[in-house]
Amino acid sequence: MMLHTLAVLVENNPGVLARVSGLFARRAYNIYSLTVCQTENPSLSLMTIVVEGDIQVIEQVTKQLHKLVVVHKVTNLTKEAVVDRELALIRVKVRTETRLEILQAVDIFRGRVVDMGKSNLTIELTGDEDKINAFVRTMRTYGIQELVRTGKIAIARSDN
Amino acid sequence: MGKSKEDIYIDPEITWEDVENLSLATCNGAKVLLDVMAGEGVKVIFGYPGGSLLTLYDALLDSPIKHILPRHEQTAVHAADAYARVSGKVGVCMATSGPGAANMVTGIANAYMDSVPLVIITGQVPTNLLGSDSFQEVDITGMTLPITKHSYLVKDAQEIPRIVKEAFHIAGTGRPGPVLIDLPKNVMAAEVIDPHPPKLSLKSYKFFSKGNSGQIEEAAKALAQSKKPVVYTGGGVITSGAGLILRKLIEKVNIPVVTTLMGIGSVPTKHPNLLGMVGMHGTITANLAVNDCDLLIAVGVRFDDRVTSGLKHKFATQAKVIHIDIDPAEIGKVVRTHIPIVGDAKLVLEELFQKVVPPKINEWWEQLREWKKQYPLCYEQDGHLNPQTILEAMGKIGGKSAIVATDVGQHQMWAAQFYPVNNGRQFITSAGLGTMGFGFPAAIGAQIAKRDSLVFLVTGDGSFQMSIQELATTVQYQLPIKIVLMNNGVLGMVRQLQKMFYNERFCEIQLHANPDFIKVAEAYGVKGIRVENPEQVDAALKEAIDYPGPVLIDCKISPDEIVLPMLPPGKAITEILGGRE
Ligand SMILES: Cc1ncc(C[n+]2csc(CCOP(=O)(O)OP(=O)(O)O)c2C)c(N)n1
Repeated sequence: MMLHTLAVLVENNPGVLARVSGLFARRAYNIYSLTVCQTENPSLSLMTIVVEGDIQVIEQVTKQLHKLVVVHKVTNLTKEAVVDRELALIRVKVRTETRLEILQAVDIFRGRVVDMGKSNLTIELTGDEDKINAFVRTMRTYGIQELVRTGKIAIARSDN
Repeated sequence: MGKSKEDIYIDPEITWEDVENLSLATCNGAKVLLDVMAGEGVKVIFGYPGGSLLTLYDALLDSPIKHILPRHEQTAVHAADAYARVSGKVGVCMATSGPGAANMVTGIANAYMDSVPLVIITGQVPTNLLGSDSFQEVDITGMTLPITKHSYLVKDAQEIPRIVKEAFHIAGTGRPGPVLIDLPKNVMAAEVIDPHPPKLSLKSYKFFSKGNSGQIEEAAKALAQSKKPVVYTGGGVITSGAGLILRKLIEKVNIPVVTTLMGIGSVPTKHPNLLGMVGMHGTITANLAVNDCDLLIAVGVRFDDRVTSGLKHKFATQAKVIHIDIDPAEIGKVVRTHIPIVGDAKLVLEELFQKVVPPKINEWWEQLREWKKQYPLCYEQDGHLNPQTILEAMGKIGGKSAIVATDVGQHQMWAAQFYPVNNGRQFITSAGLGTMGFGFPAAIGAQIAKRDSLVFLVTGDGSFQMSIQELATTVQYQLPIKIVLMNNGVLGMVRQLQKMFYNERFCEIQLHANPDFIKVAEAYGVKGIRVENPEQVDAALKEAIDYPGPVLIDCKISPDEIVLPMLPPGKAITEILGGRE
């Protein structure tokens, strides 16, 4: 089963998220991740939804989304050349012996330390999903105390 | 009370009294709502009042729109639903906040499943109380999210004109469906500065009307090459008014047709090209034809599991599928489609009509005729009062323009099989949801849409008792509905399933304490006629039709009657039960 990234341009009104997520729930489509943000046009929001499913399922999802009056446009970014990113904040346990190793890893992954406790570090990392997964795996060996991820956002590469 | 309207609008300390005072505003939300609706051509609203709707009911006194007061909010929706199905217009109903709105949920789901255009108005608690679990508050837009085409919770009275206009447009165009407008009490009371609806600008709402000509060309080519074509029609044909062009098309190229339950009336029952209803209780010929065909021309249908037996991979496996539908999401949803055509059935069929040439299908017709002879729709006339006899007599005596509304159960399937329907919008039934209790309200809606038509209700003793209180409505509004009650003393359809698939282990299907329905009818002022044997049928029907008011004909039928043929869910056509000579 493949993951598809859909960019869904919707009206920026209360209840719109419920309509979209309700549609997924009711039709038993699986949302892998979902992010919502305002667009340049304040009356519109952009939802980036990562859905699991084969081609038929994605086609149905797209058609059903189009039927919602609040949905203006659905673009499947999976087929296109895109730049996609996720942001993660990771709080990892740290001891004197591991501090240097962790900081090196942060450096290699081009992350940043954004907070520091007595026995932990909070690291900010952006990148595509694979990169974040790889970093999370590395940090597991030290012990992850907390992890938050934004889910994917994506933008099509420009033609020129 | 010393507060300006503006203040009350934003003041969280608003009291009910303030709201009440505001209802006297000359151009308040409620009045504008009714005015815009009148402008949309609304003649009648089916509704039930309550606290949150007081301002609206007050405004109703000065509106040209007529109001019908049934005895339950569920009736209000079902009646508006049938009104829409019969008239082709958008049906309108309303109910108060909380329990009133919640009582309409089943009716909304029913309309959604059968793609019926409705505008539903619900009262709501004042905006400052929203979300606080206040008295008679339910989140009706939330509750109905999956069963409405669209919905609005109006927080600003200035938006009422636009929203009402949009609601009618969305409900009635494309694939029709119910649209709900939730109106907080203070919004209805607030003054509207500009009561005129703006021009529609719904950028995100689109639908296709005309089909793609290239695809229609492909369809015509496929038909010309086909050896065993079948047309499979549904509710979409009736909604788009494509009945006539469909008839012309099938006659021009002489091809067979099957219909769904929703499609009954898209082709007259007596049409020689009609093989009957397809699916679970359809004719064997129709099911065999679909199973065997090499080209399936599906028009305004959605390959429901009552048609496909839930076996989408075994349905019409040898067929190339042409699917004509206004809703792109229906195409490819259930079965693989070879030639998809998104568009309005009428426009697409008109264009297809121009392009088709008759295929050479004599052998196919020979086969179909043989099946028809071998597997006719029949029933055993054993001297008892058979439901089928009654339905056939209704067809004979009721004439070609009568409207039949049905409830849900065995009687519904017998009506679908044996009552001859001449045209679209004359057979009104709850198909997608199968809602018991729909029939009587539907007959009321139908009779109000067509005051001069003969309206029959075919119901069962189970279903009828879900809406029996509406006898009062028929009397109050002098609706001369002829109620044909197939009284078998049981929940017949459930009994049939227990008999056939649960070794006759009958459980909770007896309606032991049934009343004397004639006496009940008479208590309301409705005429009652009892029918106990087949000889009484014709006379009873004639008497009922001649009588100027509502009549209940209580027909005693056997609980042992079963609906055949039957294609059990999940079974292939070869396993169809009954109906063989
Ligand atoms: C609201 C609702 N509840 C339950 C059912 C399940 N159900 C389908 S048919 C049926 C029996 C209907 O009995 P009756 O109206 O007497 O008609 P009959 O089958 O006897 O003709 C039942 C309980 C339903 N369709 N709708």
